[in-house]
Amino acid sequence: MALLRHTPAEITVDRTALSINPAKTCQPVGAMYAALGIHGCLPHSHGSQGCCAYHRSALTRHTKEPISAATSSFTEGSSVFGGQANLLTAIQNIFSVYEPEIIAVHTTCLSETIGDDMTQIVEKARAEGKVPEGKHVIYCNTPSYVGSHVTGYSNMVSGMVKNLAKSTGAKNGKVNIIPGFCEPADMAEIKRLALAMDVDANMFPDTSGVLNAPLTGKYEMYPAGGAKVADITSSGDAVGTIGLGQWATAQAAKYLDSEHKVPCQIMGLPFGLEATDAYIYALSKMAGKAVPASIDFERGQVVDVISDYNQYLYGKRVALAGDPDQLIGLTKLLIELDMIPAYVVTGTPGNKFEPAIREIIKGTPAENVTKVKCPGDMFLMHQWIKQEPVDLLIGNTYLKYVARDEDIPLIRHGFPIVDRMGHTYFPTVGYKGALRMIEKILDALLTRRDRDSTETKFELVY
Amino acid sequence: MDAPIVDHLAVPDIDPEEAKKELLAKYPPKVGRKRSQQIFIKETEGPEEREILANVRTVPGIITQRGCTYAGCKGVILGPTRDIVNITHGPIGCGFYSWLTRRNQTDASAPGAENFIPYAFSTDMQDQDIIFGGEKKLKQAIQEAYDLFKPKAIAIFSTCPVGLIGDDVHAVAREMKALLGINIFGFSCEGYKGVSQSAGHHIANNKIFTEVVGTSETPERTGKFTINMLGEYNIGGDAFEIDRILEKCGITVNATFSGNSTYNDFASAQMADLSCVMCHRSINYVADMLETKYGIPWIKVNFIGAHATAKSLRRIAQHFGDEALIKRVEEVIAEEMPIVEAALAEIKPRTTGKTAMLFVGGSRAHHYQELFHELGMTTLAAGYEFGHRDDYEGRQVIPSIKVDADSRNIEELHVEADPEKYSPRLTEAEIKAREDAGLKFKEYDGLITDMPKKTMIIDDLNQFESEKLIEMYKPDIFCAGIKEKYSVQKMGVPLKQLHSYDYGGPYAGFVGAVNYYKDIDRMVNSKVWSKVKAPWHADGPELTACFVAG
Repeated sequence: MALLRHTPAEITVDRTALSINPAKTCQPVGAMYAALGIHGCLPHSHGSQGCCAYHRSALTRHTKEPISAATSSFTEGSSVFGGQANLLTAIQNIFSVYEPEIIAVHTTCLSETIGDDMTQIVEKARAEGKVPEGKHVIYCNTPSYVGSHVTGYSNMVSGMVKNLAKSTGAKNGKVNIIPGFCEPADMAEIKRLALAMDVDANMFPDTSGVLNAPLTGKYEMYPAGGAKVADITSSGDAVGTIGLGQWATAQAAKYLDSEHKVPCQIMGLPFGLEATDAYIYALSKMAGKAVPASIDFERGQVVDVISDYNQYLYGKRVALAGDPDQLIGLTKLLIELDMIPAYVVTGTPGNKFEPAIREIIKGTPAENVTKVKCPGDMFLMHQWIKQEPVDLLIGNTYLKYVARDEDIPLIRHGFPIVDRMGHTYFPTVGYKGALRMIEKILDALLTRRDRDSTETKFELVY
Repeated sequence: MDAPIVDHLAVPDIDPEEAKKELLAKYPPKVGRKRSQQIFIKETEGPEEREILANVRTVPGIITQRGCTYAGCKGVILGPTRDIVNITHGPIGCGFYSWLTRRNQTDASAPGAENFIPYAFSTDMQDQDIIFGGEKKLKQAIQEAYDLFKPKAIAIFSTCPVGLIGDDVHAVAREMKALLGINIFGFSCEGYKGVSQSAGHHIANNKIFTEVVGTSETPERTGKFTINMLGEYNIGGDAFEIDRILEKCGITVNATFSGNSTYNDFASAQMADLSCVMCHRSINYVADMLETKYGIPWIKVNFIGAHATAKSLRRIAQHFGDEALIKRVEEVIAEEMPIVEAALAEIKPRTTGKTAMLFVGGSRAHHYQELFHELGMTTLAAGYEFGHRDDYEGRQVIPSIKVDADSRNIEELHVEADPEKYSPRLTEAEIKAREDAGLKFKEYDGLITDMPKKTMIIDDLNQFESEKLIEMYKPDIFCAGIKEKYSVQKMGVPLKQLHSYDYGGPYAGFVGAVNYYKDIDRMVNSKVWSKVKAPWHADGPELTACFVAG
């Protein structure tokens, strides 16, 4: 019997108030994730302790790594009288007990609703000597009733540059790279490509090495990875900034541009050929470096594989749910593979999303097929699938219920993935990532073909 | 607890007072003073008269295991009920995080059975709802849920901002109930209320008691000996195993609060003849209220551990006092025990002498010591994530527990005998006869009584202290939750999640005990922990020298 047995194929109720099976979550978890990309940082959730517990659990289940974060532990009194006393106490306790280099505070819908003034509270903490010499407290506002976890990530990255970045007037020759909301493995790959280009890159946040750390017999609250505070501080002296993902990075990149005169280029997350090409080309121009042959080699391998397997990919229908920057990249990749992104649903709002998807599919067989909803939810996408099925699903773990009910293969991608490993170790960005995505797509489609073939039609070679 | 758990051989030779000092050394003075009262060192065997500080606020900035009231209310108590549409009223996060993440198995295979557990319903409040109020959107969401699903009941859960802006979810529930003709009720379970999940359990249970229990006279299952199982959440299928055993004995479970439960199970809970309390913390007051209002007596049971299961079955039979039932229970125990004994014969030699620490929930840190005891393992330290003093010290301290401002926010129901439905199940003479024969009603000894001398009992353990404890005592296994799992394992110590069971289980009853023995054997004896150091680090400089020489 169907697990999602109450989902009707026909859309009989025009939902305006009830969200069912959301394709997003709230701001603070994104902010916490970004903060973990700073070396020596303890994220701090300013609100009641359930938020922090939920965000730590969600990130732990996704990464299978320890996620340390503190909370202001509001009770009813602090909700009435304000959370200043709680945050001041917390800052003092955190520096005494956990000794971080930096505390990154984000708000919750509770502290936002009562209107706690973070600027004033953090200033007070400094004035009262609760922030030890050489240590830092940064903060950002992440009301849960605006945007999504992607917005929260964006706000914390902005918090980093607003609180830390300085310009001395002398350029340091570095290129700032701000990766969008993506896996530690993706961040490592984005950095590797820059190094392969011989670009002096300053990437933040950087969760690689933090959220895919080794087991050593010793618990390191602050693993070796992460962007250094000094590097974020120096981002104001860079020759330019590349932001990978409009939703997640534009805010911080534009701030560096307007405040510190560091010119920025905002592009998509580098999924597939075209978007990775754009990233490489931008690095080349911004840093004044030629593209080495090794990059051409990697790129050519992707083109080779696409040509080898085109017959199994062409025209296959795919339903996608997830975050806007990732969906834009994945849609581009699918179009490069001659596939049809049939349904594209994100919970994160933004009026640029649908035009961006329409632009990608323009002039392709998908042009009059693709349905887009922003903001939408997985319940709606499931209804669409029931009306006209697809060959493949791409999205987070929650789609496994749809996959089982409708008997459609699922590729896990996005946040959260809580029932498989791999996402924190193997990138899906860059040319290497494109190869991995193509492998996953083909494996899903061909495994299904093997399962469904008659004995007569069962093939050895694909 | 059913078997005394005392094994001094396995307790390391560490002075617990010194260990306690080590735990507190790094705290600012004020924090240290508070934590000091929450760390209890067992000085004698058996019960102790001293107090432990529990159910008090977590210190801001200290990395706690605890969650919030909403999590306790929506996630724990209502989460496992399959046929209620649970709408989270608030921004999307709370509804998202409580979507399937607590591991509640449910059997909805009956034709036409409803199952809303795989769905997350939320009003997804936006900034304009926070500014102008969210009641209108909530009403509309209830209407849409009704139009789509026609459920028999809808529950509404308030999140932090809902309480602040003053949306009256109860008024909305009443209005929509009158309009739609189904039971609709709301919970004021904002995350900032109380000091832990425990407050959320209380809010949920109270509302289920006042809005649902007693509204149906037709239970799904009927039998000669009917019981309610309270505080059992069917993690990993525990309730299925408990139901199997009880059914085999001829005992009918009328309602389980809340594992694998349905709306009607709650609604007809007043029809049972005995309440059995598993998790004392989450629900002890409901057992009391069922007795006061309907005349149903209650006993504490524990189905974690094969011997505890046998003892609990005997207690239930003793309560009913029926010779045939008492005989049947003995037959079932005799039939079930051989698989347990066979498993132990194989596994116990590999687990004996090993040590464990348990820091979970509200009764699990107590119950699971039984299983470790069966494996020949000693518990060195334990404590509750959201326990109250009675969970540590026993129910006799309930009248002396100080009611502070945070507890006062949680409504205490004052129930009286129902003029029509109250019917005492046993006469006073019958109760006395059973008590004289050793059956104890309304009793729970608490964790401290059953812990060995020199061990530590710690309330609201935090990350810093768990790291210190592990460094000092080097236990063979640590039991906690997902947030603690990987920091402990980075230290080379396996962590068993006793909230989700690491997706194993069931661990209750006889079959469950065998599952647990196997899982613990695997975890404490896995080769992986011997691979933490690379050979060139483990063997020191000789290996390097060998290569240099070669």
